[in-house]
Amino acid sequence: MNFDFSDEQKQMRDAARKFLAEKCPPKAVREVLDGKATYDKALWKGLAEMGFLGVAIPEEFGGAGAGHLELCVIAEEMGRALAPVPFSSTVYLAAEALLLAGSDAQKQKWLPKIASGEAIGTLALFEGKGNPSPQAIKLSASGGTLSGVKKPVPDGAIADFAFVAARTGSTGRDADISLFLVDLKAGGVEVRSLTNIDPTHGQAELTFKNCKAEPLGAAGEGWGILTQVLDRAAVLMAFEQVGGSDRALEMGRDYALDRIAFGRPIGSFQAVKHILADMYVSATLARSNCYYGAWALSTNASELPEAAAAARISATQAFQHCSKNNIQVHGGMGFTWEFDCHMYYRRANATAVTLGSLSYWEDQLIDRMRKKNAA
Amino acid sequence: MNFDDTPQEAEFRSLARKWMEANAPKKYEAELSKSSLGRIRLEKEEIVDVGKAWQKKKAEGGWACLHWPKEYGGRGATPIEKVIWQQEEGVYGKLTQPFQIGEGMCGPTVMAFGSEEHKRHYLPKLASGEHIWCQLFSEPAGGSDVAGLRTRAEKQGDDWIINGQKIWTSGAHYSDYGLLITRTDPNVPKHKGLTMFFLDMKSKGVEVRPIKQANGMQEFNEVYFTDVVIPDHQRLGAVGDGWNVSLTTLMNERMSIGSRLATGFPEMFEFCSNLMTDDGLAIDDPAVRSKLASWAVKASGLKYTSYRAISSLSKGERPGPENSIGKLVSGTMLQDIATYAMDLEGAAGALAGADEEAASGQFQQMLLSSPSMRIAGGTDEILRNIIAERVLGLPGDIRVDKDVPFNKIPTKGR
Amino acid sequence: MDLKDDSMNFDDTPQEAAFRAEAKAWIGANAPKQYEEELRKSSLGRTVLKGANILEVAKAWQKKKADAGWACLHWPKEYGGRGSSPIERVIWQQEEGPFGKLSGMFIIGHGMCGPTMMAFAGEEEKRKYLPPLASGEKVWCQLFSEPAGGSDVAGLRTRAEKQGDDWIINGQKIWTSGAHYSDYGILLTRTDPNVAKHKGLTMFFLDMKSPGVEVRPIKQASGQSDFNEVYFTDVKIPDSQRLGAVNDGWNVSLTTLMNERMSIGAGVSTGFPELFDFCNSLMLDDGPAIEDRSVRSRLANYAVKASGLKYTSMRAISALSKGDRPGPENSIGKLVAGSMVQEVAMYALDLQGAAGVLSGPEDAEIAGKFQAMLLRAPGTRVEGGTDEIMRNIIAERVLGLPGDIRVDKDVPFNKIPTKGRA
Repeated sequence: MNFDFSDEQKQMRDAARKFLAEKCPPKAVREVLDGKATYDKALWKGLAEMGFLGVAIPEEFGGAGAGHLELCVIAEEMGRALAPVPFSSTVYLAAEALLLAGSDAQKQKWLPKIASGEAIGTLALFEGKGNPSPQAIKLSASGGTLSGVKKPVPDGAIADFAFVAARTGSTGRDADISLFLVDLKAGGVEVRSLTNIDPTHGQAELTFKNCKAEPLGAAGEGWGILTQVLDRAAVLMAFEQVGGSDRALEMGRDYALDRIAFGRPIGSFQAVKHILADMYVSATLARSNCYYGAWALSTNASELPEAAAAARISATQAFQHCSKNNIQVHGGMGFTWEFDCHMYYRRANATAVTLGSLSYWEDQLIDRMRKKNAA
Repeated sequence: MNFDDTPQEAEFRSLARKWMEANAPKKYEAELSKSSLGRIRLEKEEIVDVGKAWQKKKAEGGWACLHWPKEYGGRGATPIEKVIWQQEEGVYGKLTQPFQIGEGMCGPTVMAFGSEEHKRHYLPKLASGEHIWCQLFSEPAGGSDVAGLRTRAEKQGDDWIINGQKIWTSGAHYSDYGLLITRTDPNVPKHKGLTMFFLDMKSKGVEVRPIKQANGMQEFNEVYFTDVVIPDHQRLGAVGDGWNVSLTTLMNERMSIGSRLATGFPEMFEFCSNLMTDDGLAIDDPAVRSKLASWAVKASGLKYTSYRAISSLSKGERPGPENSIGKLVSGTMLQDIATYAMDLEGAAGALAGADEEAASGQFQQMLLSSPSMRIAGGTDEILRNIIAERVLGLPGDIRVDKDVPFNKIPTKGR
Repeated sequence: MDLKDDSMNFDDTPQEAAFRAEAKAWIGANAPKQYEEELRKSSLGRTVLKGANILEVAKAWQKKKADAGWACLHWPKEYGGRGSSPIERVIWQQEEGPFGKLSGMFIIGHGMCGPTMMAFAGEEEKRKYLPPLASGEKVWCQLFSEPAGGSDVAGLRTRAEKQGDDWIINGQKIWTSGAHYSDYGILLTRTDPNVAKHKGLTMFFLDMKSPGVEVRPIKQASGQSDFNEVYFTDVKIPDSQRLGAVNDGWNVSLTTLMNERMSIGAGVSTGFPELFDFCNSLMLDDGPAIEDRSVRSRLANYAVKASGLKYTSMRAISALSKGDRPGPENSIGKLVAGSMVQEVAMYALDLQGAAGVLSGPEDAEIAGKFQAMLLRAPGTRVEGGTDEIMRNIIAERVLGLPGDIRVDKDVPFNKIPTKGRA
């Protein structure tokens, strides 16, 4: 049994951490937070040069051809650094959708551009409030064009292409949904940026007006592909969340050691210690669930749907728990704009609802466990 | 047991209601009703200006600082009359936010320790909202450890010279006066070398710098003192007795019964009653109901805990310690409710723009503001200590700095 | 799929696979299968067999294992073990499965008393006492906690006074699990009350049948009696049964306690599998409980905690498999599982109440299971370190926060105030 990352993968994690510590300090994140940039372009370029954008993309499509375990360790570091770049949209959603269902031509066209940092991709799934469901998709496709509105679309305002879930039937079944690939720079799409709780990661509304689109995967198989893409993204996003949880825990621990009140470090008071111990517990549970998700993802195991939901729930809870209690340990200073605590709190609560909310994944997990049990 | 007013209370209530109907600034009612934690502001006007006008009107009608003596600008009302007034004032009470610290903390302290001349000079203007007061206690080195403050006051003739820094001063940027606690003797243990003053915030050497908060707003300030001169007659209480004076101030803060603690529940209930999900109305979903129910009983528990205190007041008794649970319960609850409201909206829950449906932004702001509820005015941890020690009678934490001269106590961090 | 040789996997190495096959074959041929179903169903607070004395069944199984070389696998052969690697021990536990629940009464002896004897007893004592401990012929208990102590283990007051070559013991221990059926015990005593509390302690082992030892069972909140009070009145222990130097008992006890917390792969009980099965079969007014969104939400929360613990323990096992030392993660197990089991049991009873059926024998059986869990759970959150002590351990040893301020640290023991029973 080997339920850990290999030495080589750990070295890659260290390299990513070192790189991000240098290129993506909190100051860089704040540039985007304060609205001075839509994302960190220099960092994006650097990530491409390091080979991180294409780490799980096969060599024949311009990637490093490493694998998903390698991508997991990088995702963790991206979360830890709160990297203000369209990594999750492009790498977890767009690249995964291409790898799963793209034609050879589509892969040839877009994957090398993802790996080189030339193209930003995303997934346009949601249409307002609600969670992933085929019934919620109203945007329609006919004769190779799309009409309708998608929101929120992560990184939609800076993306070059998007996968769009569209309605191609009305039987009330999953087969009503098909996926399309849209070149967002080719016209026919109106883009509007949306204010959101985490300004370091943009959201947008995309309005398609008879917009030209090419199918991704077979007609009527969109929902099946989407479910798989979401599961894969859930594992990868969970690693980001675990990275963020760990960093929030460290910040709280460091502050508790440094800050002296009542003549002693506040970390010597049990009330504070126990907050931190509970943060460690939630971060550890999440990490272990994520490792299992990583294994399932890397081996494409039949356990993936269940493992992905568990990793997603556990990591969402841990990041929310750790980021809010990091503020609590910091006291008043934690509530200032100047301290970085709120950036983690914002990211934690934003990532908690992208890919569908906690309630959605809770429901999915039990559904999947039940099906497995019955089988 | 009943919830009816006594005849006197009923008479007072009808008087208050009539006056409110005739005088309340109704054009703000809708906006004020909708505003919740982290979002009390008006679209077109400054809340401080509207608040001042409303407070002035109340003072003229004899409805400001009801429980204060008439000679200091109040009405000489009983505690229960004050509660009835708050109930009748309803949403307009939100306009009194800039005056709460003055009315609840600074005023009572001046009343207890100021000279008669000062009281007659300063208190009526405080009551009528003409002058806004702030409270200058917290410091970077202090935080929960209020007595760890380092701002120095040194005697020079008939004056005191102040140097140092305060933090988390709410409203300092629009305040006219402030209550200031200083260290006058660093060679004695920390609680023993403090002295209280009040000062004109426009004094030379006072610099107010707003703090940008995690939620993007600016309600608090840092206040710097550089050779600020305060005449000795503005001292409150004896030299070195500042800690006892401050306890009067803080006690008054915690006594504010019936003041409305936001729990987020009413907003959440309304939100769930109207939110359509893929499976129907959110409130029809058993998972939503289960959560709502546990918040409902917390909210009602808090409400009726405060009613118990009101009932004691009505009988002329001193309320028990139960009210101390309020902020501890409501702070976490707000945070949980806001998180869940976002969850219910799915991915769109992250959206916060003014162009989104009102609900979204409301809970977003609540989420971003709620951490401060768990910190300001005593962190959750300090409140648990207070309940354990003052209510349940458990021993205090071990204080390594208790009998140590202040200038020998280690300090670090902000 | 992107697999390399060193990619994550749950496969055994060839050696591990060979070992597993051997263990599986032996268990297949020798396990007391007539109890399998009952053991599988038993959960926290209720490992009981109908129509058989569990102590006898357990002793017989342990003896059988010992005879074939499957007892105390990681112990050296000369002391009754097999000399196995840590990972082999984990594999054995996985294969032993529900029959492992029969080892409950030996856990303290094998996990704590044995390792302490191994570290501090003379060679003669080791050869004499350890093999019958391994084979289950003799049961051991651990006599540390006292009424005045509780979480403050070093606050103990049981006196040991030197008299010639012997020590005379007077005092009282509490929460001693299994004392009523134990043959031997390791005993922590105070030999010098004039020095600071951690410095005046000495460790012994003793025959529980010695004159002056009296065991009184404690009736627990659950109605069962797993624990005892043990009284010592002029009990004589020869100096040869001392473990470690005089007044070095605190260090000796740390060895014991460390071994307790190292028991990786022991599989803490969370109650989740039981709850999941229960919800899968329970009918509510609106249909199966498992289709109710609020039930699902609760279940999902428990599910990810249970799986989080499972995979945390697997990470430790994986480290063992590679010959590495596991990280500190495993310290969260008891803390998480303890309160979870309590919540799970409450929720199950709540659901059953909601279903409004408590009549048939099957319902009574299920209710009984969760009731036992509910009533036993508070004990789990206290024994072997309370939740609060576990949080302190995590905060201090894992996160590196400073220790609590100890007012009694450098004070002579007989000057420290004490009151109440633990």
